[in-house]
Amino acid sequence: MSDWRYALAQNRATLISVAFFVAMFAIYASNHPAGFSANVVETAANKGVLLALVAMAQTFVVITAGIDLSVGSVFVLSNCLASAIVVGSAGHAALGVLGVIATGAACGAVNGLIVIVGRLQPIVTTIATGAIFYGLALLLRPTPGGDVYEPLADALTGRVFTVVPASLVALAAVALAVWIPYSRSALGRAAYAVGSSEAAAFMSGLPVASAKASAYVLSGLTASLAGLFLTFVTYSGEASAQTGGSYTLYSIAAVVLGGVSLYGGSGSAIGAIFGALMFRTIGDLLFVFNLDPLWQPLFQGVVLLVAVSLGAARLFRVRNRLELFS
Amino acid sequence: MTTQARSRRGGALSSRLDRPVVVAFACIVALLLLGSLYSRSFLSPDYLLQQLKVASFLGVIATGALIVILLGQIDLSVPWLVAVGGMMATAATAWGPIGAWLAIPFGVACGVALGLVNGFGVAYLRIPSMIVTLAVNAVAQGLMVVHTGGFSPQDSSSPAMRALATGSLAFGLPNAVIVWIGIGACAVFVLNRTTFGRSVYGIGNRERAAYLSGVDTQRIVLLAFALAGGLSAFGGVLLAGYASKAAQGMGDAYLLPAIASVVLGGASIMGGRGSYLGTVAGVVLITLLQSILSVVQMPDAGRQVIYGAVIIGMLLLYGREGAAR
Repeated sequence: MSDWRYALAQNRATLISVAFFVAMFAIYASNHPAGFSANVVETAANKGVLLALVAMAQTFVVITAGIDLSVGSVFVLSNCLASAIVVGSAGHAALGVLGVIATGAACGAVNGLIVIVGRLQPIVTTIATGAIFYGLALLLRPTPGGDVYEPLADALTGRVFTVVPASLVALAAVALAVWIPYSRSALGRAAYAVGSSEAAAFMSGLPVASAKASAYVLSGLTASLAGLFLTFVTYSGEASAQTGGSYTLYSIAAVVLGGVSLYGGSGSAIGAIFGALMFRTIGDLLFVFNLDPLWQPLFQGVVLLVAVSLGAARLFRVRNRLELFS
Repeated sequence: MTTQARSRRGGALSSRLDRPVVVAFACIVALLLLGSLYSRSFLSPDYLLQQLKVASFLGVIATGALIVILLGQIDLSVPWLVAVGGMMATAATAWGPIGAWLAIPFGVACGVALGLVNGFGVAYLRIPSMIVTLAVNAVAQGLMVVHTGGFSPQDSSSPAMRALATGSLAFGLPNAVIVWIGIGACAVFVLNRTTFGRSVYGIGNRERAAYLSGVDTQRIVLLAFALAGGLSAFGGVLLAGYASKAAQGMGDAYLLPAIASVVLGGASIMGGRGSYLGTVAGVVLITLLQSILSVVQMPDAGRQVIYGAVIIGMLLLYGREGAAR
């Protein structure tokens, strides 16, 4: 197989999610009452980027065949922390940003430590640590409130060159700075291998433990970036269990829509980003078609159900019934 | 199948009392003793019965969660299936006398129907259960939002529902506890003494092997999810009876505790291993923990942290997997 065909085959899921998103967004924007304007794109981008970052955080862990049900709590915890420490002078705010990111990475490290050294299942571990992180968020912000360093918030939620939403630029920057180097590094490749088959990865002498650890730490780090961004959008912090829970669940939906396999070992954060943007666009589509907003959750649910059922198409390729049960 | 092997050597009793169950029950006793240092009333029969009553709602829901987890799957649709059960039962009550009679079966039937969708997606479409049940949860939420107009419904629950959830029989034994005992007895029988139950364990251990042994694995998975859906909805029916009406998000607080109590009871989240007795211990443990933390007026923040830390701590004691190599 020639190089480009190999690359195409490897990135097929990502490309499909990009195509779906572009089609949906085109329908959305062309039917929007205000037309396809920079304003429309900016609002959509600010909403979409939040979920895109959380979905990206989820991707790191899902690729190693794990699952992180604490991303939503890390997201909320970072939001509360940012509303307390990303304030004051520019220098103070910059230190605050570093503090939030370090906290997110530490949360991820705790998850990783319990999963790798404690040998507990990721799903139960992150349910429990999720409760702990959410408790810490409540401790910081028993009631919604707080503040944020406004020049930075305005810069990141506004527009660059009057047309491009700054949030999209920030998202692209995060993807370029975190995902691309990681997925091309030896550690990132090891994470894919661990997701495909942990035993085989170990037998091949890959650094299994550090690959998993790096995935959890990066997951926490990216989730904290999302929390930081939420603070920039809302100018405040709120320890909402509902926000945390729904972002966790949506992040799983987004990675699946983005072509990341929940069995691990395949998919990319770029796909997950477009999966997240797609998921947000689905929710907005009803709005432009002037349907009763009451129907929005049902519509979103049915589209999600249909979208994941499309994954059953692979059953047509099954030649031996036993392949079903592997 | 280690439990079975052991039971043949050491008799039936030791198989029931494996280590996680013993540790979980020991923790319950320790919690009660700790609580009694704070206030004598923790050991009073009234308090204990009240706790059992509260636990029975979680117990019914956790029964469904256990069956699905034994298969090696997970059911994330618990929150809105609970709400569907509660809301549909109260909606049926509003239709009149016949509706009031049918309230409980109708609520449960709606849960079974959505559970069948879960099961079909997992068993026949082979989609990971995590994502199918997530989608069905979203659909259930959408249906209920359309049904209620986005507000908590005004319909109140039927007398039968209220009697089941709040009434009590002789000796002050709450009806809800009796319901839980009944469901628990059925679950123990089904899981241990029927081909369905043994197939559930078999599929959880290795679906391929179960299939090759002649088990219709897909039908079993479908049935198990339908059963779990019905039990979640029944939990919702009881909750609606307890609060005398249904509410949006009434099931949100039950997903994680249900999974946590199953896992704390020694069931493996990978499937194939776990007992109903363990789940009972897990349910009681979690209910007691929540109750004691609220009695000592621990703020919600501290409650969450302790709750998470206890789950991690207990699992580190006995829930660890063997080293992979």
